[in-house]
Amino acid sequence: MAGTSGRFTTIIKAKISKLLDRAEDPGETLDYSYQKQLELLQNVKKGIAEVVTSKKRLQMQADKLEQQVVKLDTQARQALSAGKEDLARVALERKQLAQTELQSLDSQVKELEAEQQRLIESEQKLRTKIESFRTKKEVVKAQYSAAEARVQISEAATGVGEEMADVGLAMQRALDKTEDMKARANAVEELEAAGTFEDLTALGSGQDDIDRQLHELTSQSQVDDELARMKAELGSGSAPGELEEGTS
Amino acid sequence: MIVRISTEGQYDLPERFHAELNELDNRVVAAVEADDEDAYRESFGALLDFVRSNGTPVEDTDLRGSDLIIPPPDLTLAEAEQEFTGDGLLPD
Repeated sequence: MAGTSGRFTTIIKAKISKLLDRAEDPGETLDYSYQKQLELLQNVKKGIAEVVTSKKRLQMQADKLEQQVVKLDTQARQALSAGKEDLARVALERKQLAQTELQSLDSQVKELEAEQQRLIESEQKLRTKIESFRTKKEVVKAQYSAAEARVQISEAATGVGEEMADVGLAMQRALDKTEDMKARANAVEELEAAGTFEDLTALGSGQDDIDRQLHELTSQSQVDDELARMKAELGSGSAPGELEEGTS
Repeated sequence: MIVRISTEGQYDLPERFHAELNELDNRVVAAVEADDEDAYRESFGALLDFVRSNGTPVEDTDLRGSDLIIPPPDLTLAEAEQEFTGDGLLPD
């Protein structure tokens, strides 16, 4: 039947079948097969834990960045009030960079959250299948002749095997995504380590290189806009809230 | 007919939908071969929706193997292209 369908739906099926064929005859090694299933279930749990750890790390980074955004905004205002426009500009450039990073971190945290939920559901499904397999194994052992039992259990083991292969694939994909995000998180940490989001009062004369990079990394027109808005706000003084429209 | 959407779950899809499923599948293959991102997204989405809306989810206690397996919904075009050149999601 599968032969009449297109390749897109059959290609993975063929590969999974090949993987299962390579495994030992499941009908003859019932208990061994069941042990293998339980082992994989443990691996799925470890995979979920790894996704959760990465998610927490990204969340912590996001929290830190959020604080920096507030801090840099305040510093820009203070600098402007003191008539130091250059300093205010540097603070706003940093704020913009921090905000961009923050947005990307937030969407990554959401993506990992979704991966985590999916894996939890997969684990639940696999757990149920393995339990059904265990029950079926005992019933078949007790009620059927050896030959019949072999066919029955072989079919069930194939079904569980397919589920295991699929959960394995889901886990691999989730962990690959986690790896990509880790690499990105490391890049943000390097920026932090270089003092990019640090307190401006700590800005010494040796920071020229960072400033130059910042200047390249940020959109000057956006910084100009925000600077103008801030000036207007500080100038009018009375109702700054209304002028904040469009800031984000 | 049991159809699995990889990393999602199995659906029981009545035989009468087989021809249409086959057609949708061909559209995805054509999009992948044409290296057309928009057509790939659209046709792969249609294939997945077709199975989800016409199939009945298989019970978790059901141990039947699938007759067809559709790749994971988050499969990128680049990954799909790799699938067809042999070195895909699962080792040969």
